[in-house]
Amino acid sequence: MLKKIRKIPNFDNAGVLSLKDLKAIPGFPSETDFENDLVAVIECDEDIPCNPCEDVCPHSAIKVGLPITNLPHLDAKKCIGCLKCVAICPGLCIFVINKNFDDKNSLIFIPYEYSPLPNKGQLVRALNRKGEYVCKGIVYKVIKSSKKNSSSIVGIIVPKKFYNEVRHFNF
Amino acid sequence: MDSSNNYKKNCDYELIIIGAGPAGLSAAKTAAERGVNVILIDENDRPGGQLFTQTHKFFGSKEHYAGIRGFQIGEKLLKDLAEINVKLLLNTTVFGIFPTEKRVMYSTNNSKIHTIMSENILIATGALEKPILFKGWTLPGVMGAGAAQTMMNVYRVLPGKRVIMIGSGNVGLIVSYQLMQAGSKVLGVIELLPKISGYKVHAAKIRRAGVPILTSHTIIEAKGKNFVKSAVISRINFNNGSIEYIKGSEFEINCDLICIASGFQPFSELCWQLGLEMKYISALGGFVPVHNIYMESSIPGIFVAGDVAGIEEASTAMEEGKLVGEVVAFRLGYSKEKDFKIYFNQINKRLSDLRSGSFGIERKKGKSILTNYS
Ligand SMILES: Cc1cc2nc3c(=O)[nH]c(=O)nc-3n(C[C@H](O)[C@H](O)[C@H](O)COP(=O)(O)OP(=O)(O)OC[C@H]3O[C@@H](n4cnc5c(N)ncnc54)[C@H](O)[C@@H]3O)c2cc1C
Repeated sequence: MLKKIRKIPNFDNAGVLSLKDLKAIPGFPSETDFENDLVAVIECDEDIPCNPCEDVCPHSAIKVGLPITNLPHLDAKKCIGCLKCVAICPGLCIFVINKNFDDKNSLIFIPYEYSPLPNKGQLVRALNRKGEYVCKGIVYKVIKSSKKNSSSIVGIIVPKKFYNEVRHFNF
Repeated sequence: MDSSNNYKKNCDYELIIIGAGPAGLSAAKTAAERGVNVILIDENDRPGGQLFTQTHKFFGSKEHYAGIRGFQIGEKLLKDLAEINVKLLLNTTVFGIFPTEKRVMYSTNNSKIHTIMSENILIATGALEKPILFKGWTLPGVMGAGAAQTMMNVYRVLPGKRVIMIGSGNVGLIVSYQLMQAGSKVLGVIELLPKISGYKVHAAKIRRAGVPILTSHTIIEAKGKNFVKSAVISRINFNNGSIEYIKGSEFEINCDLICIASGFQPFSELCWQLGLEMKYISALGGFVPVHNIYMESSIPGIFVAGDVAGIEEASTAMEEGKLVGEVVAFRLGYSKEKDFKIYFNQINKRLSDLRSGSFGIERKKGKSILTNYS
């Protein structure tokens, strides 16, 4: 008998990086780096020939070097969270996070290329790397993509304990 | 000597380029800038090739316009073209080349047939989607991922609302993402192999939007009467290289679009017709024209560049195009040997970088088999 299903289950982790994988990536900030203000989080772990993040960073906080297939290395001390790399990354795999946005919450900037964009103050459903619901989030800032063809960026506020889990949202 | 001089006199152009994708456009620009008299021919109504179907940001480096969306790279290349002196023929299909006197046959808007001659011809015709066959694959609603992309991104027609994507290479992953951006629901990406074959960052983008990727799965059937209504999918095992469906794992899911993203092959009809020496290289997408380090095929003066010379990327296509531009310009005496050597080495260095890393290394090996062979 052929099973009929309405939805394919989200069953395995193909294409989803675990926290353990992430911590081994040279673009991923250390726990201490996360404690200080805004920091870029580069979830790039494959030797793809690509380096616009290095090129665009005004503070030389990201290094790819040669060959161009090197992974991006983050020097978190130099990073001020200016968002330029988030806007340009073709893999949409860079986020900027302020873990200690306030006592209880973190602020996560996410590249977002769907329309419509949410509005500031809007309640959204924060999702993890597998697209599963994690918690509620509130839109803190919306930066629309510009002619310079960068991606739009949305900053959302979520409870602190989810700063390393939330990477997308819908509404 | 006399006859060759006569021949030169009879040549209409110093370089004929067939295909105005990133490879053809880059070759035209480079050659024309050095002073070569170039004609560029494309069957579409505008140049740019595959770039105009791409709405995502490209990988690469600054030289290859990384971080810029494909169609915008196309616009940049077109702007470059407008600044130089290149004759452009659009809506024009080349359907034959005579090898001995290097005469190209073409027809514009399927009307009169014309021929032009040149000592140098570049074939930069790009790639063709490879289909996979299964029961029901001819139903409307089953289409190549590239076709779906052209429908939505060029003609603004949503090809389907509930989509099953077959293949998790970069094309499958990117087109899934673009379908979601256009408002479709992608129900899942189906991959035969036990692991995702495209870049993980492209996979991560659709995973975090909730799209499952089923590895070790394949499609068995597209069902529907006049149009696709559902897809039947099964888990598989590889047994000594052959595929074994796992009984009882099959399921059927309603959908109105099944996209096939099972890879590209060089669009090599003109190469075969010319009798160029061809070699099968799996990492380059199938049969590829054998060529040397100057991108010259087994017939002197006939060059190949871009996807037709091995399925790669727009970035490598541009570099190969530039390379042909430099080679032709040098041979015609438009650049000094010393300068040519510098340009040639710079381009080769960039090509070698682009073909490093785990995704490029097989292509690099494939290319060196070709160049060593010739
Ligand atoms: C979904 C998708 C995503 C991609 N993403 C990237 C990416 O992120 N980065 C990257 O670098 N690359 C990417 N690519 C690959 C890139 O688009 C191609 O490698 C590149 O376009 C190849 O360039 P080309 O000039 O060889 O061929 P094409 O762009 O295919 O151009 C060939 C041209 O030749 C013309 N032509 C063919 N035959 C004839 C004939 N007989 N007469 C006249 N004209 C003819 C065609 O009309 C076409 O315009 C992607 C491709 C796809 C499908």
